[in-house]
Amino acid sequence: MLEIKNLVVQIEDKRILNGLNLTVNKGEIAAIMGPNGSGKSTLSYVIAGKEDYEVLDGEILLDGENVLEMEPDQRAAAGVFLAFQYPLEIPGVASMTFLKATLNAQRKARGEVELTTPDFIKRVNAVATQLEIPKDMLKRALNVGFSGGEKKRMEILQMALLQPSFCILDETDSGLDIDALRVVSEGVNALRSPDRAFLVITHYQRLLNYIVPDTVHVMHSGRIVKSGGKDLALELEANGYADYRDSEAA
Amino acid sequence: MPAVQETIDQVRLIDVDQYKYGFETEVEMEKSPKGLSEDVIRFISAKKGEPEWMLQWRLDAYKRWLTMKEPNWARVSYDKIDYNDIYYYAAPKKNQAPKSLDEVDPEILRTYEKLGIPLREQEILAGVEPQRRVAVDAVFDSVSVATTFKEELAKAGVIFMPISEAIREYPDLVRQYMGTVVPVTDNFFATLNSAVFTDGSFVYIPPGVRCPMELSTYFRINEKNTGQFERTLIIADKGSYVSYLEGCTAPKRDENQLHAAVVELIALDDAEIKYSTVQNWYPGDAQGKGGIYNFVTKRGDCRGKNSVITWTQVETGSAITWKYPSCILRGDNSRGEFYSIAVSNGMQQVDSGTKMIHLGKNTKSRIISKGIAAGKSENTYRGLVSAHRKATGARNFTNCDSLLIGNQCGAHTVPYIESKNASAVFEHEATTSKISDDQMFYCRQRGLSAEEATALIVNGFVKDVLQHLPMEFAVEAQKLISISLEGSVG
Ligand SMILES: Nc1ncnc2c1ncn2[C@@H]1O[C@H](COP(=O)(O)OP(=O)(O)OP(=O)(O)O)[C@@H](O)[C@H]1O
Ligand SMILES: [Mg+2]
Repeated sequence: MLEIKNLVVQIEDKRILNGLNLTVNKGEIAAIMGPNGSGKSTLSYVIAGKEDYEVLDGEILLDGENVLEMEPDQRAAAGVFLAFQYPLEIPGVASMTFLKATLNAQRKARGEVELTTPDFIKRVNAVATQLEIPKDMLKRALNVGFSGGEKKRMEILQMALLQPSFCILDETDSGLDIDALRVVSEGVNALRSPDRAFLVITHYQRLLNYIVPDTVHVMHSGRIVKSGGKDLALELEANGYADYRDSEAA
Repeated sequence: MPAVQETIDQVRLIDVDQYKYGFETEVEMEKSPKGLSEDVIRFISAKKGEPEWMLQWRLDAYKRWLTMKEPNWARVSYDKIDYNDIYYYAAPKKNQAPKSLDEVDPEILRTYEKLGIPLREQEILAGVEPQRRVAVDAVFDSVSVATTFKEELAKAGVIFMPISEAIREYPDLVRQYMGTVVPVTDNFFATLNSAVFTDGSFVYIPPGVRCPMELSTYFRINEKNTGQFERTLIIADKGSYVSYLEGCTAPKRDENQLHAAVVELIALDDAEIKYSTVQNWYPGDAQGKGGIYNFVTKRGDCRGKNSVITWTQVETGSAITWKYPSCILRGDNSRGEFYSIAVSNGMQQVDSGTKMIHLGKNTKSRIISKGIAAGKSENTYRGLVSAHRKATGARNFTNCDSLLIGNQCGAHTVPYIESKNASAVFEHEATTSKISDDQMFYCRQRGLSAEEATALIVNGFVKDVLQHLPMEFAVEAQKLISISLEGSVG
């Protein structure tokens, strides 16, 4: 599904990713953990196509296609979705309007017919109910005045609506209360499918109790320094990143 | 289809050439001699078959104008205008005074068809939404070529006709009100207009009448080197209501063309006038060559108690816009509102805003201005709110927001506040923002192209104002805004 080879990325002459290798297979949930500033968000931005990041070396293949040559909206239409660590506000644009515009833009880009308004509303209502998002929140301007947790929930609603094939969740658990964490996790689990892969970035085992990963990768200084099964997360929870910091120094 | 999607589709339909109204119509024209003189004014007056008092009025204005200087306080710069290198009158030869549409040159009818403005009543009635009817007055260069729904309006007692016709048919009404809101001596461009105005609309709504349909005028400058000087006068008598919309377009030309209009609104006791403008004159090319110089004086007088005047404008065209639709709040408890969207792109310069002059007691005003600057354009909001000594309880709320697209454009806010009454309360809010790279990336991550994302964000930015336009024009305006911003991203 996603294959990253020797990725080297810098921003404003500062190198952030240093030859990163990572493979995520179809149907897999991969977790990435790592200390603050190790480059996790940077990796998610580079996969999604944010400008400003200079890719000095390496490649990113999605189903064999080089995504580095695609515009961000082309990547989205090809199935890449990023649930932002800090979702943006779009003043004056009702969430509903935004959802419809994005869904139809993606459908159009893929050569599918646009959804009719009743069909669209049916789909939004279904996912909103599942994620326990009140209807009147969808009438408000997207993310404007939303609480931190509400913004995160809205990200997952968008993901559920757009049905992407490669989903990146960047610290979706931060800011969620205990009940919201459960609801959001259930939303994510409902999307698990043999055709879909997830890259879950988190600092806490807590989330991984709900969304059980197939693989766990430790990121440090812009590299994957260790990979393992779900037990690796428990190990990190107990010991922290001290081991990796040492290996870096050595 | 949501409006946003429609906007995007509309943008796609347009090729590199963004200004789709830029075509020219081949019609044989009759013109006044070039330049300005007493003789030219007599020529115009004679062409219009005006009474002597009107001619005198014009000549007085001309004498006055000769002593005046072009104002230079606005934040705009342009080459000196040679007022003797302009034709002040141009009319299609065939119809001096068309009795019916059959007498109008078919070329002109086709022009309005191309602009999407049907002039035949049966075509309007056969439209998609037959229940929403709009009476249209179409002004082509210096003359009005067609006015629709005249009979039906007459039944309601509404007078809606070209002003040149009103001067002949309702001289008393015209004399009573013309120049009482914008005096002949008001300012350089208004005085020039008073001397040479050619056509425009006249509206009178009798007491207690709610105008049965939307009234609308479409102005088109077609002839080369021709100025357009229209004059509009709208009177809403006691307890009446009218909603009026004007639209404007012009062909693409390398030379600049002058447009200096005067609009006067008068609302008597308990009357309400809504005046909406969708201004889309040719803005010039990307290098700033050509385009309309739009120097316009628009003012409304809330003369009666409890009267209301609302200006709503969507300004996307013109090389230079110099325009301050204002309200004189004379009647006690009267209310003035100004809602504006001013979009500038390329090399356009906009200096626009409003004046709210509070004279009466408990008068209220509200100003919502949204300026959007892209390309290398300059976009200035200039506004005055003042309270007279007697304006006890005056209230104003002003909100001015600017949105910058790219980093070569400028947005400026110049608010003036004068209060001579201690009980007046004026509030002012202003913001300047940019479409941030992060917002842009967020939208694109969800599948929107750069253009779609810009249109969506801009639509969100102007939403508060768009909702004050009549429904069908709001959709039209939304499209226009997107088209005007084409090429400003990516
Ligand atoms: N625009 C920028 N200019 C300079 N440095 C940057 C820029 N953006 C990111 N960085 C730096 O890159 C490094 C990696 O940042 P990134 O946000 O990817 O970390 P992270 O692993 O997501 O951290 P966290 O766990 O705190 O979210 C940090 O040191 C950060 O300061
Ligand atoms: Mg991060």
